[in-house]
Parts: sequence; structure tokens; C-alpha cells
Amino acid sequence: MNALIGLGVIALLLAGANFAQVLFNGGSWVPKLALDLEGGTQIILAPKLESGETVTADQLDQAVAIIRQRIDASGVSEAEINTQGSQNIVVSIPGRPDDETLKRIESSAKLEFRPVIYASAPATSSVGDGTTDGSSATPTPTPTVDPGLSTTPTAKPTDASDLNWATPALQAEYNDFDCSSLDTLQTNVAPAAEPLITCNDAGTEKYILGPVEISGEQIADATSGTVTNSQGVSTGQWAVNIVFDGDGTTKFGEVTKRLFAYLTTDPTRNRFAIVLDGKVISAPTTQAAILDGKPQISGSFTQDSAKTLADQLKFGALPLSFEVQSNDTISATLGSSQLVSGLLAGLIGLILVVIYSLLQYRTLGFVTIASLVVAAAITYLLVLFMGFRLSLAGVAGLIVAIGITADSFIVYFERIRDELRDGRGLESAVEAGWKRAIRTILASDAINFLAAGILFALAVGNVKGFALTLGVTTVVDIIVVALFTHPILQLLARTKFFGEGHPLSGLDAKALGAVYRGRAQFRAPVNVPATKQATSSREAAKRQTIAERKAAEAEAARTKGKDS
Amino acid sequence: MASFSQFGNDLYTGKRSIDFVGRRKIWFTIAIVMVAAAIIVPFLRGGFVFGIEFSGGSEFTVSGPATQADGTIDQSLASDAVTSVLPTATPKISIVNSGSAVRVQTDLLQNSELTEIRDALAKAYDVSADEVTTSFIGATWGADITRQALTALVVFILLAAIVMALYFRTWKMSVAALIALFHDLVITAGVYGILGFEVTPAAVIGFLTILGYSLYDTVVVFDKIRENTVEGTSRTFGESVNLAVNQTLVRSINTSVVALLPIGSILFIGAFVLGAGTLRDISLALFIGVLVGTYSTIFIAAPLYATFRQGETIVRDSDKKKTAAVTRATSGAVR
Repeated sequence: MNALIGLGVIALLLAGANFAQVLFNGGSWVPKLALDLEGGTQIILAPKLESGETVTADQLDQAVAIIRQRIDASGVSEAEINTQGSQNIVVSIPGRPDDETLKRIESSAKLEFRPVIYASAPATSSVGDGTTDGSSATPTPTPTVDPGLSTTPTAKPTDASDLNWATPALQAEYNDFDCSSLDTLQTNVAPAAEPLITCNDAGTEKYILGPVEISGEQIADATSGTVTNSQGVSTGQWAVNIVFDGDGTTKFGEVTKRLFAYLTTDPTRNRFAIVLDGKVISAPTTQAAILDGKPQISGSFTQDSAKTLADQLKFGALPLSFEVQSNDTISATLGSSQLVSGLLAGLIGLILVVIYSLLQYRTLGFVTIASLVVAAAITYLLVLFMGFRLSLAGVAGLIVAIGITADSFIVYFERIRDELRDGRGLESAVEAGWKRAIRTILASDAINFLAAGILFALAVGNVKGFALTLGVTTVVDIIVVALFTHPILQLLARTKFFGEGHPLSGLDAKALGAVYRGRAQFRAPVNVPATKQATSSREAAKRQTIAERKAAEAEAARTKGKDS
Repeated sequence: MASFSQFGNDLYTGKRSIDFVGRRKIWFTIAIVMVAAAIIVPFLRGGFVFGIEFSGGSEFTVSGPATQADGTIDQSLASDAVTSVLPTATPKISIVNSGSAVRVQTDLLQNSELTEIRDALAKAYDVSADEVTTSFIGATWGADITRQALTALVVFILLAAIVMALYFRTWKMSVAALIALFHDLVITAGVYGILGFEVTPAAVIGFLTILGYSLYDTVVVFDKIRENTVEGTSRTFGESVNLAVNQTLVRSINTSVVALLPIGSILFIGAFVLGAGTLRDISLALFIGVLVGTYSTIFIAAPLYATFRQGETIVRDSDKKKTAAVTRATSGAVR
């Protein structure tokens, strides 16, 4: 009875959660549909190429793989990503993507750690500067530099922080550099071994940075979270936590050790800059040598942008930068007739299941049907709650899963019948059958759940979506059989109709060939039949010591001799 | 149905028994022949045909198509145009950019077919052939998805083997279950190849479902075998296994029927009413897989397990004693 209440609570919670979604977040009582049934948005990405630069098929494939992982991580299921022609990538996703999603898809996310050599507030036209500065209205993408200035360092730089990197030519370029040009520049990249002039995200600070010390490829994992202070209390500021791989950890340790030495002598060169796609997102001071390879990047992150960056870093930078070439709506590829046919087929199939259950299990078949209805309802609510987008394959999968869910009931009913055949009364047969059935159900469902978990963790794309469905239906199976089917049977076992084994109950002990004891009744439940005793003693035997077992065997041999 | 429940009773008590374990040589031979056929025949047919999602294809974009009276675009015009050139094709058609263009994707086409279909599409939507652009598209089910899925599969099979070995306390059950799984997957894929259907993501999803179902079904029956083969029974090991399979036979039949009914009706509607497409692909893979998965548990996994265990000295010795005891008892020598 408690179990039934528990089930009701689960169902009400799910329904309530969804009701809240409908009220406040534009949710719906009808599941959202995937690309094939509802259409969505087709985004065509074109690579940003310098003139003469070409895209190789490998780069394109790599970009597709990375974009797929980024989209998977954003929780959009059933996206389709492929190449088009020789250089474009087409991303089709259900619904309309917001700006954050577009940014997540298209930005390269090339991360570099470079030491700061010079830093200053940018000298551009700013508040109070009354002169009409032509360069701020139309920023020149490539500042002109006096060609007479030396471009080679006077002395060979010894490390990435060496001031010798800042040649007179570079300094002139630095002085001319306009931070607002960063937004119009397609890419602001300098070769990894060369210094870079850039600004921070907000355009409030301008830098000359040394060559790349560590790059994004050396990141093993990245997560987003809030910054905690020394007391371990969250400050509410969002940050990205990075874990370097072995090589990255060593390098990062060396760099921070070197920069740490500047802490008092040279506060500028004490800083290192974290450069994302050519822009500095953060340039913290080095307060200590970080030897564990787990730095935290904080900057002006929101929860969304921190998660986006963490996902981008985790899956690696795109080999190229892309830009959105077109962003169009796209209709469903399958007509609504396909979905209707699929649902109709499923309905016919389930009616056949109902008929078969009634033939096989008589009145007990109604328990199967009721259980299936409950399973279907909970699955439906979970699909709504988790915001699944259903593709036609997903719909078919769910219908089929409901059929397979019925196996739990069948295993259970057959176990009860087995107990009845052994001569138990119904109430005790239900309990004994349940103990055995739930073991089998849990063991077999564990295999399905294992498949779902591993596929979800490791696979990408459609396979990940499938894994989620499999996991959900497996959990629903266990919930329904434990919290609905079993308690209902416990209740039914007390009724006269079932308890006395009416021929139509499906649990008629006589029809099941139970051993008739000749005293107008079957053996009382307390009087456990011999076969049962043997089984339980067998279970016990497994836990015996060797001496106990030998004694028991001798005893068994003696009684067997007497019996025959 | 009374006879069916009587059948169940007889199977339970052992009054009626089908000798799954004893006649294992027959079942193993059948299995080997079927697996071999499932591997060889598709190859003789020229290997598997992969759908556009795996191999990429050609794409047509019709700009400014003619609309119907109600302002919408009839997608079936495009479908008819493609099938007029290639009768067996199953194009994916969608309307792009709120009706300003129609997108048609097909398998990779020859140049001559490209031109023909382009002309047919232009005619169908009443535009000039210049308004129909063509392009190559890459696979939506890229090599990365396949690679990740295979990695996941290998990890799953290893972990499933370990979990089963721990639960049943014998690795031999794991091995028997995995051999049966292999049998199921090869035959399901084989039938797909023999029928020459295109392999689509829907078929692969069906295939993955079978992966879970096959092991699931085996675990249910093996759990009964575990119960029946604990020490202290008077039956030989093979007989205990056989009794367990017989006792769960009614469950196996009921479960497979109940699982096959919805799959079958989706397959029927998918194949005969709608023709090639998602529903047919997924339900076909599932239909074959559930049938073979149930069959292999009974006819392959259980007898294999008995075979593995009968090789063990302890089991062999105890079997010998029990056989001897039965002979004595029936001859009435010990009284």
C-alpha cells in the first residue's frame, strides 16, 4: 500500500513539475519532436579563410566531430551535422538556436597561455576625447608600421617573458593597435612561437604577449563552477576549471614558477594571459607556482558562458574558425502521416498484447494491462520532464520498450504460478514468487542499464539519444513492477476471487497442477513443501562451513536411503 | 489455453521435457550454419548497402518553387520527381527557409542522374533548371559516431561479462551469454544484408536495442539455471540446466510474443503501408533480433553453459554418482 502511494507521489511530482514548466517556461503536455518530424533550423557554417588558404577533408571531419560533441554537451538531442560541398558544414538542430548556441557552435575556441610582456590601457578615442578620430570610426584592421623599424630582437630572447621579444617594430604596432579592430578582424592569430598584440575581451587593456607557453591541446578536462573563497564558500562568480594533462602540468608548473619570481620585481611580467581566439579573456597575476596542473580561469563569465567555454575546451579547438553563412528554418523530412502511422501501428500492437495477456493470464491479464498503462504514463511524463525530442525512431523505440517492459510482469506471474504449483497458498506464493522474480528482474535490468549508461557516457550523436531512452525505460520498468504490479497483486491475493483461485483468475491452483493434499485444502502456507525446503537448505548450504556441509551431506544420504 | 497452462505445468514438474541440452549438437550445428550464412550471403550480394546518413550523397536545392493553392509546397512532387528517374530511391525532402526553397537529399548520384533529376525537379516545381542547385553532402552519421559507438560497445561487453560473472559467480555463464549475443548480432545483421535493405541510423538503433535484449533474455533464463543448479539436487548438471530452461519456457514464449506483437505491427505497417523508411528499418532489426535473441538463449546459451560445466571434474564426478544412483533406484536394488 505504501508502495502504491509512493508511485502516486512520483507520478504527481512528475506531473506537477511539468505543470510548472507549462505555466512558467512555455512547456507543453505534448512531447517536443525531433528534426525528422518537426523540422528546425539549418545553419550553414563556412570556414573563415585567408586568401589562398584551403580546407582539407580531414580538417572538416575533425571540425564536424568537435561541433557534434559541443552540441551534445549543450543537451540538444538528435542534431544532424554533416559537410556540404568541399568546405561547408551544415548543422541542423530542432527548434531555434539562441546566440549562445550559435557561439558555441561556430567559435574556434583556440586557447593559448601566453606571458604578459607589456600591458596598458588602450589609447583610443574615449570619453572626453573631443577630436573626431578617423581610426575609431573605421578601424584599420592592419595597423601600418614604419618598415624602417627593426623586426628582429636585438638579443635572442631567453624565455617567453623576455623583454627582447618587444622589438621596436612590435612596439610601434602595439602603439597603433586599436582594440575595437579585434571585433572586425577575422582572426587575430600570431604563430605560436611569435609574440602577440591583443586586448582583453572588454577592450579595456592592451597587451604585448610572449609566445605560446601552453595551448588548449594540453587540457585533459574542463568544467565550469563557481569560485570558492579560502573558507570554501562559493562567491557566486563563475569560472572555468582546467585540468592539464601530464605534459601541460609540467609546463604550467615551470611557467608559473618563473612568473612567480616577478611578483615583487615586475608586476606586469608577473601576469600571464589566457587568450581565447586571439582575445585575452583573463590576465591574472601569478600568486604562487601552480604545480598540480589545475588552474581556474575567472573572468566576466556568466553561468552559460562558463559552461560553453568549459565544453569547448574539453572537446578541443576547431582546426578552423567558422562563421554562420545562413541560418534558415527547415521543415520536417517525414510527413506527419509517418508519425500517425507509427502511433497507429503501436496502438494495434498494444491491443494485440492486451488480447494475448487476457488469453494467457485471464483476469490477471488486466494487471498486466494496468501496469503497462502506468508504465506508459510514467514514461510519457518523464519524456516531457526531461525535454526529450522524439524522432520517429524514438517513438518506435518507446512503443517497443513498453512491450519489453511486460517481460517483468511475465517473469513475476510465472514465478507465482511456480510457487502455486509447489502447493503454496496464493498470498504466500505472491510473496515467495516476488522474492525470486525481483532478483531476476534486477539482474537482467542491470544489464540494460549498464548498456544505457556506457553508451550514454561514451557514444555521441544519435547513439547517445538512444542510450537515454533505454535508461529511462529500464528505470520505469523497475519502478512499475515494484511500486505497482507487486502491491496490486498483494491486494488481489486477499480477495476471494483470486485467493480461492477462481478458474478465471489466472491463478487457479488446480489448473496449475498444484499437489492436492486430500484434506479439502492445499498445504498451508506455513507448511513449506519439501522441494521448497530443499531449495532453502541449498541456499543455506552455500553459506555452511566445510564441516557443516559434510555433516549435512551425510544426513542427506541417510534420509535419502530411508526414503527409497 | 488450458492446454497451454497444462503444458506449462508439465514443463515445470518435468513430466514433459524438451531435451535442449542433450541434443545440443543439433542446435550448435544449426547455429554455425546460420552464422556462416549470415556472414557469407551478404558478401556474395556485394556487401551492405549504407544509407545516405553513412555514406553521404547528393543534395538538390530548388529555389522559389511553385506553391499549391493554399500557399504551401507539396513535398510529394519532389519525391515523385526523384522516383521517376530512380524508382528505388528514398529521398529525404524538406522545405527550407519558410517555403522559399525545397531541399532534396538522395544517395550519391552519377552525373547523368544528377542532370535528369535536376530537370525533373525543375519541371515539378515549375522553375528553370538554373534555380536547382546541386551539391555533395557528407555523412550525418560520421566516422566519429561509429568510432565512439564501437568503443562504447567494447566497454559494455567487457563490463557486462564482468557483471554477469560476479552475479552468477562463474565466468562460464558470461562466455555462454556472449557467444549467444554474437550469434544474435551476426544473424540480425546478416538478415538485413540478405534482404539488401539500406543500413540506416534507425536500423543501427534497432541493432543496439537487440544487444541489450539478447543479454537481458539470457540473464533471465540463467537466473533460473543458477537457482536449479545449486548443490544438493539428485539431477545431473545437464538435467538441471535442461529443467530450468523448460521451466522458463512458458515465460520465454510469452515474453517474445508480447514483445513481437507491437514490433510486428510496426513492421507490417512500416513495410507494407509506408514502404522503406525509419519504421521499417528499426522494426525489422528488432523483429529478427527478438526472435533470434529468445531462440539463442534456449538453444545456444543454456546448452553451451552445460557443456562448459560438464568438463569440470567436480561436476563430472557428481554427475557420475547421480547417474549411478538413478540406475540403482530404478532397478530397485536399494530398498
